[in-house]
Amino acid sequence: MHISFSNNFCDPCNFSSKMMEDCLSKKIEITVSEAEKRTGRNAMNMQETYTAYLIETRAVESQTEGQCSPPDSLWRRYSEFELLRNYLLVNYPHIVVPPLPEKRAEFVWHKLSADNMDPDFVERRRIGLENFLIRVASHPIICQDKIFYSFLTQEGGWKEMVNETGFQLKADSRLKALNATFRVKNPDKRFTELKHYSDELQSVISHLLRVRARVADRLYGVYKVHGNYGRVFSEWSAIEKEMGDGLQSAGHHMDVYAGSIDDILEEEEHYADQLKEYLFYAEALRAVCRKHELMQYDLEIAAQDLASKKQQCEELATGTLRTFSLKGMTSKLFGQETPEQREGKIKVLEEQIHEGEEQLKSKNVESREFVKSAWTDIERFKEQKNHDLKEALISYAVMQISMCKKGIQVWTNAKECFSKM
Amino acid sequence: EDMFANSFSPLIPTSPSSMLNQYKFEDEPELRDLFITVDDPESHITAIETFITYRVVTKTSRGEFDSSEYEVRRRYQDFLWLKSRLEEAHPTLIIPPLPEKFIMKGMVERFSDEFIETRRKALHKFLNRIAEHPTLTFNEDFKIFLTAQAWELSSHKKQGPGLFSRMGQTVRAVASSVRGGGVKNRPDMFTDINDYMETFNQKINLLDKISQRIYKEERGYYCEMKEYGPIHTLWSASEEDLVDSLKGVASCTDKCCKATENRMAGLSENLLPVLHEYVLYSEVLTGVLKRRDHIQAELDSKVDALSNKKAEKDLLTEEIGNLEDKVACANNALKADWDRWKQNMQHDMKTAFLNVAENNIHYYEQCLAAWESFLTSQTVDLHLGEDSEDKP
Repeated sequence: MHISFSNNFCDPCNFSSKMMEDCLSKKIEITVSEAEKRTGRNAMNMQETYTAYLIETRAVESQTEGQCSPPDSLWRRYSEFELLRNYLLVNYPHIVVPPLPEKRAEFVWHKLSADNMDPDFVERRRIGLENFLIRVASHPIICQDKIFYSFLTQEGGWKEMVNETGFQLKADSRLKALNATFRVKNPDKRFTELKHYSDELQSVISHLLRVRARVADRLYGVYKVHGNYGRVFSEWSAIEKEMGDGLQSAGHHMDVYAGSIDDILEEEEHYADQLKEYLFYAEALRAVCRKHELMQYDLEIAAQDLASKKQQCEELATGTLRTFSLKGMTSKLFGQETPEQREGKIKVLEEQIHEGEEQLKSKNVESREFVKSAWTDIERFKEQKNHDLKEALISYAVMQISMCKKGIQVWTNAKECFSKM
Repeated sequence: EDMFANSFSPLIPTSPSSMLNQYKFEDEPELRDLFITVDDPESHITAIETFITYRVVTKTSRGEFDSSEYEVRRRYQDFLWLKSRLEEAHPTLIIPPLPEKFIMKGMVERFSDEFIETRRKALHKFLNRIAEHPTLTFNEDFKIFLTAQAWELSSHKKQGPGLFSRMGQTVRAVASSVRGGGVKNRPDMFTDINDYMETFNQKINLLDKISQRIYKEERGYYCEMKEYGPIHTLWSASEEDLVDSLKGVASCTDKCCKATENRMAGLSENLLPVLHEYVLYSEVLTGVLKRRDHIQAELDSKVDALSNKKAEKDLLTEEIGNLEDKVACANNALKADWDRWKQNMQHDMKTAFLNVAENNIHYYEQCLAAWESFLTSQTVDLHLGEDSEDKP
């Protein structure tokens, strides 16, 4: 069963209506329609099996008046999706970049396969990948990215094109980011709060998914064991004259009951996937916070640097030594430097200071712009999250209602059979 | 026999619920005049052993009873004694089964509350089955069991034949049937019953196991659901805009949890004891058939002896005549009791499974109500029409 995610979510608040109109998702329809097992040779020339996904794109206008032109299509594998996402992460650090569906099956309950090649897993991944593309295409900023567009439309040479952008070099090293997180002094409070929020979100959704898997396991057990009634009732009915018919038909309903759990739990798996998306979104939120911390730390270091240079300059100019410096010590030992030497030094420092002030100014601007645009996207994300999660909870309720109705029907039928015993 | 001729004292009403518990509609519209309850388990610790006694309360309007109300305490041993006395007196009647001496499965301790309660209910059923039986209800040992004080019962027990001779009948019967004793001239009817019981025994054991397994799975589900609900409440603490939705889901989950508890209780109170009783009945019936075969075997061996020893012809002929009567009585008693047992079994099974179906329907109805009211509360807020399946 395919649950469609919201195709057209462009937040009303901070994006102009022109931007919403320009969203790629309004112009083309994107689907990941098929999955196929392939074998090929990997980078180390060893044979490997992988799954390829068919991406189809079709201009929205071409679907008017019932005419349906054939879609453009190309095949991509999961690793190419990963490459695209990494590219987006580096080039749009102020955007909460939509996450990919999980690399490996997690939070599985015992009947569910943890095998990446399992057809059910592949099917759910197909849906997740489609959702990812639609999310990107619906985002007013990243939907305009050329690399993204080529991902959808240009089969050959795309990987080379991405690598040629040199985005890997632009990426901040993990070490640098970690360092900044620990040593930044004045990050924007909102980002600190957001970081805590995303930690909580990750923790609570993980817990929920773990317990849900256990609940599913038990529910499966309850339903399936009832199937044994079917078999035994049938065998028993053979030796019963008056009770036989009632038993036999009741047994049939027990079989129906036992069989119904498979569809129920399959549907629930889609609900789990919706929650998983937001589990992974927590990481995307943290990435934006980390970028802010990095920029803020950079700024603080630059300001610190500038301040110390200014102080050095002042000391040289006034001849006072307020801070310890090796230069100062050597000049004390070996005699003071000449006025010309001092002049030269001051001039160099003044140039550096001037440069530093320009840099600081631009860094400040950069940082403020980052905060502004990041926060805009975060607000957009919050609205999307509230909408999606509320819908997901409603769809969960709908599933429960359907399950209850099926249960009432089966047991009402069984009751009638028992009453005929 | 007119049961009302001797009743001078009016029926003393017990509490309405206890009367309803014991009143059962039989085919004949006779009023019950014997009401028995088994309750109040108490632990007794002596130097040698620890054992449990149960209070047995009898209320009756029968003339044979000196009083209209009795309260005695009995231990499991006493019930065993009663059962073997009834088997002795009525070898081809279907004596109700007793709960097992102790459960070998190891999970339930000998004196755990659960075990004692299960046993108490089974003992209650045992005595009431006897009370409802047209013949057994008038058994003298039964009366003594219900009315005698502890010391009276002890001295009465000592009067009877020894333990081994009591057990002997069924043992001898089993032994003789192993030797191929009574199977030769067994009437078809009893062979049919035997064949039926073989299959029935198999199926009832399976049903017992399946039902126990379902109970276990339901309990496991209950435990997980108990943890599942509160996580949503925890989550709502960090989501301003989703508080209602999340708390709503938590509340629904908790309601479903309670509903599961009720469903489980239904199983453990109704289906499981019934199925288990019939598992034990299978053994009872096997024993009854064997005892009948043994009685038949006695006759058959005398008949054989007659054809060999011409000398004691007259004596043997007389003995054979008596034994023929004995066999005829035994057969008739068993036939009648078998029909009665069959009817009861059908009724009990039907009732038990109907109850299961009703419990499940009730369970799903409760859950449905919870989720539907949650859904209504959510979709009232959203101005976009949600695609809900429950639209007619």
